[in-house]
Amino acid sequence: MPTATFRIWRGNAEGGKLEDFTTEVSEGMVVLDAVQQIQAESANDLAVRWNCKAGKCGSCSAEVNGTPKLMCMTRMSDVPLDKPVTVEPMRAFPPIKDLVTDVSWNYRVKKRIKPFKPRAPDAKDGTWRMAQADVDRVQEFRKCIECFLCQDVCHVLRDHGKQEQFIGPRFLVHVAALEMHPLDVEDRLPELRESQGIGFCNITKCCTKVCPESITITDNAIIPLKERVVDEAYDPLRRLVRLFGK
Amino acid sequence: MPEYQSFEHDVLVIGAGGAGLRAAIEAARSGVSVGVVCKSLLGKAHTVMAEGGIAAALANVDDRDSWKVHFADTMRGGQYVNNWRMAELHAREAPERVRELEAWGALFDRTPDGRILQRNFGGHRYPRLAHVGDRTGLEMIRTLQDHGIHQGIDVHMECTLLSLLKDGERVVGAFGYDRERGRFQVYSAKSVVMATGGIGRAYRITSNSWEYTGDGHALAYHAGADLMDMEFVQFHPTGMVWPPSVRGILVTEGVRGEGGVLRNKDGKRFMFADIPDNYKSQTADSEEEGWRYTQGDKAARRPPELLTRDHVARCIVREVKEGRGSPHGGVFLDISWIKERLPNAADIIRKKLPSMYHQFKQLADIDITTTPMEVGPTTHYVMGGIRVDGDTQMSTAPGLFAAGECAAGLHGANRLGGNSLSDLLVFGKRAGEYAAKFAREHGPGRIDEKAVEALAKEALAPFERSNAPGDGPYQVQHELQGLMQELVGIVRTEAEMKQALGGLKPLWEKARRVGVQSNREYNPGWHTALDLTNLLTVSEAVTRAALERKESRGGHFREDFPDKDPTLGSVNIVLRKGQAGEMLVAREPVPAVPAELKKVIEEMK
Repeated sequence: MPTATFRIWRGNAEGGKLEDFTTEVSEGMVVLDAVQQIQAESANDLAVRWNCKAGKCGSCSAEVNGTPKLMCMTRMSDVPLDKPVTVEPMRAFPPIKDLVTDVSWNYRVKKRIKPFKPRAPDAKDGTWRMAQADVDRVQEFRKCIECFLCQDVCHVLRDHGKQEQFIGPRFLVHVAALEMHPLDVEDRLPELRESQGIGFCNITKCCTKVCPESITITDNAIIPLKERVVDEAYDPLRRLVRLFGK
Repeated sequence: MPEYQSFEHDVLVIGAGGAGLRAAIEAARSGVSVGVVCKSLLGKAHTVMAEGGIAAALANVDDRDSWKVHFADTMRGGQYVNNWRMAELHAREAPERVRELEAWGALFDRTPDGRILQRNFGGHRYPRLAHVGDRTGLEMIRTLQDHGIHQGIDVHMECTLLSLLKDGERVVGAFGYDRERGRFQVYSAKSVVMATGGIGRAYRITSNSWEYTGDGHALAYHAGADLMDMEFVQFHPTGMVWPPSVRGILVTEGVRGEGGVLRNKDGKRFMFADIPDNYKSQTADSEEEGWRYTQGDKAARRPPELLTRDHVARCIVREVKEGRGSPHGGVFLDISWIKERLPNAADIIRKKLPSMYHQFKQLADIDITTTPMEVGPTTHYVMGGIRVDGDTQMSTAPGLFAAGECAAGLHGANRLGGNSLSDLLVFGKRAGEYAAKFAREHGPGRIDEKAVEALAKEALAPFERSNAPGDGPYQVQHELQGLMQELVGIVRTEAEMKQALGGLKPLWEKARRVGVQSNREYNPGWHTALDLTNLLTVSEAVTRAALERKESRGGHFREDFPDKDPTLGSVNIVLRKGQAGEMLVAREPVPAVPAELKKVIEEMK
């Protein structure tokens, strides 16, 4: 069986380095298989997150040859094997150990976003009526598996470290899903503009490119939200109404 | 004294899949303090993998549906060894639990008049599964997660519990460690809800993730709670079989619900050849009728591909064994053929089954809109688990509750697709409610420091053997999985299972000698070593129960006893830990179905 060399980042919060491992590669194998094989054969303590191994849970995010990817959905046949395959943890998050990073910031951010608030039920039995067409748009956003690859690649977070001022593409998608939910009546626009920093996004679309669920993050979620924020906050007519409404 | 972190909650929920989150939400709603411990990050639990839908008799698509029909379907699917009370409560309460999810933000697919759409599934008489394409589990867990984080629940992510702690007979907490640093943790609680899911990692070919090591089953058993129905393991008929690295990954039953058919290598729809008597009157007798059923014709009966999972899995095994399988040892599942019937079939497939399309395209280079898939059985679900009271979900150990896959009773000998997600909601809620009630009625228990000390010592033992010769944790796990796959799989015999029991002994020994390297920080080798006890416990439970049931019923098929035995049809096999630590096997009568529900079952036959 052919073999391949994997150059895997080993280390923790204090630092680390790339370490080479060679393992056999069989038909149909994905990068996560190789990492697990290495773990079972020669590095029992190699830290890696994974759960479903089918692209549904979003646990095994890493950077394969420098590109943020789910390891379980990256086939070895799509990776050149004539040179070592580099596998590194997501760089936008603090390392814990080896391929495992501290993604807890994401969970704190989500908690700050105002939850779903439905309108009163449409029918006497307490249920609602929604058209499939209205649901489709939001279902796209709800495909998100929270792998945080979009957060990893976003330069506002990765290069500029604006974690305190900007919630990142994942949570802009989350806000979009809530704002465009046919039943939701909450207003999240003031926070979007102020504490959640939607203005930091300058639509380079890196997030859309890495999304394993092919969510059109920038075009379908972020840009419409930006438009809503602009309409709400800067439309001269509305400003006048607001001024005299007070 | 070992160092450890201490946490105190009124109710401790172990597991953060659908059942755990629903239990936590319910307990928190009643005003008690709640902690949730999960092995992975929040929102990654196995519920996320559920594809098909949530079974609930909403009757949005077919108004002939009602809780009674759902109840009768569940009992028939479970071959009448179910806990009738759980089947009744489940059927009655599932619709409300689904509507509640919508109130919390879930967005199900819609009917033309804007209500929740429902789809056909195996063993369900009418279209009953509320769904979102083929990613219903994700929708459900995300809804519960996003609602749950605003309910004041403490979530302990990436923590693993190794043992329950007891004060006399009562369960009053748990001991474990956090994965990140390997620090020990002691949780004290007035009541504990077990919601840890299944045991699939005891087998080599499985649709289950690494987490499914039977932790809840094993912890409850070692704490003195009864396990029940452990012989009933569900092998889902359609897992991927090729390429080898994806073997076992689930292919949703929804494919068949949308018109997908099973064929052998000769192109024959072999499911028509073997329809069990108790399903004959409900099953289509021509391909034409089966097709009409999948397209919503209410006068048509369902195609045999939508018979119960145990039956379909065995038919596939038979085709393969008799030389009519596909090139890689499965059979063909074909949805692409619907293009003969429908214009824009490819678009319909991509819309109805997006993750399946994606999964095959990316992992197997197969376009399911043009090419049949190769599928074969995969270990999917355990019907057995912790024996609970039908109303309260309390186990036989006071203070310990259980819900979801790790609890037994609802599904009997075989679970219907879609009944799992509804199980999580209905009994997650009940477990949370009654665990909170128990917590309010009982004071805090006493944590036994000596027990904690002993557990900590035991947990660290593998490090002291870091240079020991012999197999590492992954090798022992692999060997165990092979043993269960080979000897206690879909088709069972006494001789093979006795061989399995014999094989488990040396594996217990090996597990006790396993050494691990490095330190306690996020060390999967150590974690795997510690999980072995649970895997071995549940493997032994499955094997002993399967030996005891000398008949074939539901998910349990004995080649040496291929028929049903009415005597065994009136008992559940119960396992409990004996005084000397040995596993005791007992037969307990199946609770008698009350007359009015018997009538329901008869009427629906």
